[in-house]
Parts: sequence; structure tokens; C-alpha cells
Amino acid sequence: MSAPLAQAAAPAAPVFELLDVEKVYQVTRPAGFLRRETRGLAALDGVRLRVPGGSSTALVGESGSGKSTLLRVLLGLTRPTNGQALYRGRPIAEARAAAASGFTRDVAMIYQDARGSLNPRMAVADLVAEPLRHFGLCTAAELPARVAELLARVGLPGDVAQRYPAALSGGQVRRVAIARALAAEPSVLVADEAVSGLDVSTQAQLLNLLADLKESMGLTLLFITHDLGVASYLCERIAIMYLGRIVEAGPTNAVLEAPAHPYTAALRAASPQFFAPIAEPLPGEIPSPVDLPPGCRFASRCPRAEADCQGTDPALTSLSPGRTAACLHPLATGA
Amino acid sequence: MQTSTADPLLSVSGLTLHRGARRILDGVDLSLGRGETLALVGESGAGKSTIAVALMGLLRPSEARIEGRAELAGEGDLFGLPERRWSGLRGGRLAMVFQDAGAALNPCFTVGSQLTSVLRRKLGLGRAAARARAVELLDSVGINDAAARLSAYPHQLSGGMQQRVMVAIALACNPDLLFADEPTSALDVTIQAQIVRLILDQTRARGASCIFVLHDLALASQSCDRIVVLYAGQVMEAGSSAEVLKAPRHPYTRLLKSCVLEIGTARLEPPAGGVPPWEEMPAGCRFASRCPRALPRCAGEKPPLTQEGGRALACWNPE
Repeated sequence: MSAPLAQAAAPAAPVFELLDVEKVYQVTRPAGFLRRETRGLAALDGVRLRVPGGSSTALVGESGSGKSTLLRVLLGLTRPTNGQALYRGRPIAEARAAAASGFTRDVAMIYQDARGSLNPRMAVADLVAEPLRHFGLCTAAELPARVAELLARVGLPGDVAQRYPAALSGGQVRRVAIARALAAEPSVLVADEAVSGLDVSTQAQLLNLLADLKESMGLTLLFITHDLGVASYLCERIAIMYLGRIVEAGPTNAVLEAPAHPYTAALRAASPQFFAPIAEPLPGEIPSPVDLPPGCRFASRCPRAEADCQGTDPALTSLSPGRTAACLHPLATGA
Repeated sequence: MQTSTADPLLSVSGLTLHRGARRILDGVDLSLGRGETLALVGESGAGKSTIAVALMGLLRPSEARIEGRAELAGEGDLFGLPERRWSGLRGGRLAMVFQDAGAALNPCFTVGSQLTSVLRRKLGLGRAAARARAVELLDSVGINDAAARLSAYPHQLSGGMQQRVMVAIALACNPDLLFADEPTSALDVTIQAQIVRLILDQTRARGASCIFVLHDLALASQSCDRIVVLYAGQVMEAGSSAEVLKAPRHPYTRLLKSCVLEIGTARLEPPAGGVPPWEEMPAGCRFASRCPRALPRCAGEKPPLTQEGGRALACWNPE
């Protein structure tokens, strides 16, 4: 095992860097009687994202915004159609293929459906031991102690080790998934909606666990969520996605306190807040990425859209240090 | 319980429900005035959905043993009704919007046929009249090009549109009481705001009452007049949602509220553990095993739900 993993190769390179990444899927659909046509569906359309080592980034967007495709690109499960996706300065596909880069050990993933990601016929001890065995991280004799240590670290009682996923509660299953992800001592943790669909007290416990692990292990965290509260609690930076693009990015609290992009402002207004009257909801739904409107892709739902928004596609531009937004008429951020 | 009006639409007292040996609901009291919105909140296993399903008469005697009374104005005790009367009420005076509209709609029939079948059976409308009314209903729930959408199958609609169709079906016969069981938990936040607004606007326009089952306290504070906080099948606290959530008196309400993430929350202090398994449930207050203010008597003796100034509280050691 190469001890320092890939860090030695390019010490200054960020963990992940996406340079105008595009991912176009070919979809066929009916085009008249007994005819089908093939069209391009741009799931990602010019995404630029930099994830420096040790940072925590939240990716926020509605369904259909391209979050999952972005995740697949980052994990090397899908090659981008255009643009470059780099892991510590190397193309992700190359890094993933080269065993020496340690990509698969270094980048761990927590899946949204934690229960579905665990083999129901394996006991918790075996599930957590699997990455340890796979990467040859400890001897068979050390295994039980290491598993117990991992379970303790994620706050699970020792007797869980001999149980099967079906016998665990939703919160416990998530903890097992976290223990499994951490078993190979990764430096990057990618989590897809890791705390959604849980009771608030369980969710709070897990958020604190993830925050503590991030701190104690120095993890680089990439957290996909639709909950702005979760994003602000766990991540220093936030990137808001809409229809395959990042429309706004910057420090989480600054972005959420004074959004520049009207879409961010709408998301902010739509999240439930104590005792506030329910805000006027954004009209309509996210359009299909097959029939993208020309110009700004948010223009069809935007309360601030003007005539030029229909024709000009805004690029992600810098507003103030560290903050970018793709909007022709951004809201005042006070910065 | 706290009757907000002299003549409540629904008044439930001592609702206890067993599934086998498990007491899923333990003496639930609640009441609802005409035109009021009520939120049932609590964590999983609190019995929120069970209350809604029981009050819709969707539980067979073989599935659950129900004790207690549920008086619906003009009908008497719902739990004493024969099935024939129930089937008249369901979809008529009582209607329900389910959590997962994709699963609740029948995938084999078009939206139009599912909507017109309610209108034809319950209101006795003819084919053409039912179709015209269906178009009106879809239009009123914000579906564009409603006439064309009648021939769509549920899978051809987005989640938000499916939920709108569910709302249209539930409202088809102008119910007096609408149950909305987590109507937005599967939807994106911008769509969630649309659907909650839709349900509130439509029920208000009809003067109907609405019981929301929610897990989001902030959403409950925004959408409901009154709130009932449940834990493991027991009512912990109830009252106007502004009063209960601004100044919780029950330790569980405070705990639930402290776990809600708002933007800018610095540090959450959640309690350890979770709802105990049924075998270990305390005989008295079921929250006793996790309560920071528990007294020796709490685990053994169930505190009564006492009324005080429009609020109800079941706690031996309130704040």
C-alpha cells in the first residue's frame, strides 16, 4: 500500500476539479407515427467546481438538476462528454483505473438509500469488515477489534455487530453505512442525502456525528442535500444547481443570508421557517433538460426575468471574492 | 379536549388502538372545529398516520382493535358505524391525500377515469357532467391544459402533478374534513410550498377542516392553526401552534423543536437514543425513558391530559 496515497503526486491540486464538464445522454423519443428521434439530454452543462482538500461543500438542487450525474462523474462511474474532471490533478477515469493512485480507497461514498446499499444477508460485522479485507488493511486477528472500534466511532453499541441490517432502525443503518465508508480511512467522503428521511432527533444525531468525524479525521466532505438547513450546518461552502448548471456558489452562510441568484432566493423562501407566512411559491416546475429554453434556463420561472434573460445565457461570474452567480440581474448581496 | 369552538366538527376521545399486544395509540384525545387546520406532529412510531387511517375507517377489525369515540358532527360515533355508512363517508365527507401520490393513484387507469369515477359514484353525475366537473377540478388545482391531462396516466405526470391530482380527487365531493398524510415529504421544497398552499387555499375556500400529518415543525407552524404533539401513541401537548411552539411546556415538544435545523443553527444538542422498542415501553408516560425532566413517578404513572387556557398538557413535571 502506498502510504501517503496520491497526495505526493500533486500536493497543491484540489481534491476534485471540474472544468466545464458536460454530460449529454442520448435519449430517443417518439417523433410522429412509428418514428423515433434521438436527442441529446444535457444532464450537466458546463459545470465548474473546485473542491479543495479539507473543505466541505454542499451541493443543493431540486430533482432533475443534475446532482446525481455530477456525483457519478466525481466517482468515475461516468465519463464526461466534454470538459475535464480531475482528481488531484489527474483525470478521474485515469486515477480510478490506476490502482496505485488509491482513488477507490481514498474516496468513500455514503449512498442515499443506506439500507439498499447494504447486503441484507451479511451481518453488520462482516459489512464493516469487507473494506478492511478488500484493501488488506489489517490481519484476520486484528479484524474484530478494528470492527468494534469503527462501530464505537459511529456511536453504535457493540451488540449490533452480530445483527443483520433488517434488524436495525433507519438511523442505525445510516451509521453502519458511515462506518463502512470510513473503514478504509478515506480522506474524501461523498454523501448523497445521507440524513434525509429520518426523524429530526436521529437526523440531528447523525449531523453531529458527521461534523465530529469531519473535524477529527480531517475529511474533505462533499454533501448532496436538498435541505438548506443541513447544508448550512455541515458545510462551509455551497453550490446551488439548476438544470445541469451551478447557478450560484460561495460561502454557505453568506449565500443563504443574501442570495444573489433568484433561484437561491426562491429555495430559501420555500424552506419552512417557524411562524413565517408561507412564501409565494415559485411557479411551475423544473423544465425538461431535453427542451432547454434559450437564454437563461431559469427565466421561465424567474420572478425577476427581463427581456434579455430570454436571449442571453448568463455565465457563472464572480460577484465578490469567493462568490459567483450566473444571473444577468443578480439580487443585491450587500457585499 | 380543548374545544376551540362550541360545536366541533370532530371530537375524538380516548382513542386507543391495539395491533396484537402492542398498544399503538394510548388514549388519544383531539378535537377540531369547522374550517380549522390541525397538525399531528411527532417522530416515526408516534401514531400520526394511524390516527388518520383509523378516522378514515381504513383499518379492519382483524388488523386493529379500536376503543374510544370519534364524534363527527351529524354522524355520531364513527367507530360504531357499519361498513356501508363508512363507504358513504369516505371520499364524501371524509377525504384523504396520501404521502406517496405515485403509489396511491392506480397506474392502470387514466387520471380522468380515476377522477370521474369518484364524481359519478358519489355525486351521481352523468358521463359528460362528470367530465366537465373533472376538468374544472384539475384546473382549480393548478394543472394547465386540464382537458388534455384527463387522458394522461399517472406515470406521465411529475410527482408534484400527481399530488395535485390526488388533491383534486380528495376535494371532488367537497369534503368536510380532509386528511393530508405527509402530502409533501416526497417533493422538492419549491413544489412542497406549492402543494401546501394549494391544500390550504382549497380547503379554506370550501370552509373545510384539515388534519395534516407532518414531521416538520416549522411547516406545521406555518400551515396549521393548532397542533397536537404525539410520542409513541400518547398526546404530549396540544394547543394553538403559535403558543405551543413558541413556548413549549412539555419536555418532548422542546426536544423536538431543538432538533429542527434552521439556517445558521450553530450546534444541535439532540438527546441520545430513540423511541424504545415496544417490549420496553414505560407503562406510564412513554417519553419517561428519554426525558431530561423525568421524575420517579413518570415511568409508572401516566400523566392525565389536563386543560389550561386552551392548551392541553400531559406531564408530571412541565416547564
